Amino acid sequence: MSLYILSKEKLPEFVKALQAKFRVVGPVRTETGYEFDDITDPEQLQLDYSTTILPPKKYFLPQHEVLFQFHSGPNGKGNKHLELRPIYQDVQPTVIFGVHTCDMNGIMLYDKVFAEGFRDEHYMERRAQIYIIGIECLHPCDEASFCKDMGTLTAPPIYDLHMTEMDGHYLVDTGTEKGERLLQENLYVQMAQKEDIQRLGQLLSAKWPRFRMRLKVSKDQTPSLLALGYKAKIWEQLGDRCLACGSCTNVCPTCFCFDVEDRMDINMQDGERARVWDSCQLREFALVAGGHNFRGKKSERVRHRVMRKGKYIKQVHGLLGCTGCGRCERACLVNITIPATINGLHDEMQLESGS
Amino acid sequence: MYATPLINQKTTLTPRSYDGHTSIFLPTVATITDIKTETRLEKIFTIRLPNGQNLGQIPGQFVMVSIPGVGEAPISIMSSPSRTTDTFRLCIRNAGDLTNVIHTLQVGDEIGIRGPFGRGFPWETFFGKDMLIAPGGLGLAPARSLIDQIIDHRTNFGRLIILYGSRNPSELLFRDVLAEWEKRDDVELMVTVDRPNDTWTGKVGVITTLFEHVQINPFNTVAVTVGPPIMYRFVTMELLGKGLNPEQIWMSFERRMKCGVGKCGHCQVNHRYTCQDGPSWTYAEALAFEEAL
Repeated sequence: MSLYILSKEKLPEFVKALQAKFRVVGPVRTETGYEFDDITDPEQLQLDYSTTILPPKKYFLPQHEVLFQFHSGPNGKGNKHLELRPIYQDVQPTVIFGVHTCDMNGIMLYDKVFAEGFRDEHYMERRAQIYIIGIECLHPCDEASFCKDMGTLTAPPIYDLHMTEMDGHYLVDTGTEKGERLLQENLYVQMAQKEDIQRLGQLLSAKWPRFRMRLKVSKDQTPSLLALGYKAKIWEQLGDRCLACGSCTNVCPTCFCFDVEDRMDINMQDGERARVWDSCQLREFALVAGGHNFRGKKSERVRHRVMRKGKYIKQVHGLLGCTGCGRCERACLVNITIPATINGLHDEMQLESGS
Repeated sequence: MYATPLINQKTTLTPRSYDGHTSIFLPTVATITDIKTETRLEKIFTIRLPNGQNLGQIPGQFVMVSIPGVGEAPISIMSSPSRTTDTFRLCIRNAGDLTNVIHTLQVGDEIGIRGPFGRGFPWETFFGKDMLIAPGGLGLAPARSLIDQIIDHRTNFGRLIILYGSRNPSELLFRDVLAEWEKRDDVELMVTVDRPNDTWTGKVGVITTLFEHVQINPFNTVAVTVGPPIMYRFVTMELLGKGLNPEQIWMSFERRMKCGVGKCGHCQVNHRYTCQDGPSWTYAEALAFEEAL
């Protein structure tokens, strides 16, 4: 909408001003890398970070989210009586600083998943209070990134504010009215000038060659490659290696599958029902009460995950389920990666057709 | 792109308003008004929604049944819309942690209900057709929601053929109703058991052995089969052998479900959510999914 200049020295003051009204979270440095956490001191905020272990999805879909509380006790006639009270957890004005463009693409998918079909008010209530401040990625995070392949190198139109580091200050783009109001909260920004905008254009063009391509097929071809490669041998090979630990889905910015758990208080009358992150890679995921498991083999589960990322989610919600962030690759204990899987499938299919 | 048009939100009880919020996960508190022990494993529960509200289901839909503190699971609705007034019925097998607790409940106890969910059988599109319904085992419970609906609109349909297979005589469901159907001129019922006992005088064999005893008009028949996954492979082969097209064969899918509203991911069959796009699918639709059968 509009472009502003925020000087780097004024960033801490901006953060402080926001803290007066909002919970402010962002990337901070830890012993093992970076992670999104609450910012108590503006100096903790690390906008020039590589990647975080978990994406900011935890603020959108908490790992353990209470859906309702219940009381289940005898009524006057000795019958079981139920009282239910819905809970909308973690609904508070929150500013998330420093969201990479890949992660914004993940959030854009979440917004569709939870709004389309049955509207999930637990998500939507929380989402309405979240402000996204993106940061333009001028360098790839590391060797595992393949955002350029997945088309997530640029910011999707979901940010409230988006910052690009330029010549010792930040160029701030306002994406929404919400974001516009955030900027009005502080006195540290000034309108960008024509030269700033030209300079931004140069800066963004210059970033393109720094990112490498890793896939042998374009992202638009992956759905058809996966459709044709359903019975490929690569799934068995990956299934043999996979440990079914679920690390890949835990760190994935587009994974949203959940289990539902009840917790009963020690008085055996009060308790709560919560949804918790689940993983399609775990053996029990598709098991039914009669004992039949619809995805009992690891190869079937690995395939399901890749199919979901590269095909199924797009069929349902119109967006691919992979942002190229590389987190599953970094987390995998046996080095199963999306690029190697897609490329391996491509190679196998090429051979098949050539023979 | 493909999935959303099948979502049927009109008939659902949830989301409902509560304190100005709506939650798709909050069950409606309902009361058990009757319990009938059907077999060693199954009980029939009659359930009343607040103010006797009609469930508003389509045959073949399911509800999510909750015992807070224990869990929630999808259960097929046994009642046809034609026989649903201020109560509806569920036939529940004691097969897991949740159903185990459900079986200990008493008349007057309250449970949580969400739904009805899913795509039911489009029974009105079957008008004028001969109906061949082939339930196996517990599949007779969801099939009954359709059979009773047909019987209550009997003149709208051609023949009504019911081929019911059960593992053994003691597991036969709804014996009183089977006897009623047996007496009717306009219902052609055949029952078989895999493992007979000394008192069994009926047919013996798996459900597919019944098919040789029926002649059908393949141009005007809709077949509906509900049962365990393994059964579908063999029943569909019989039906195709009788000249039916895959489009004329309907089936109901069982999957693990945690939400019922197309979010939790457990019930996915390829890109489809069984809880929303199913559980009722034609064989033609099922053939398009690699994971279906």
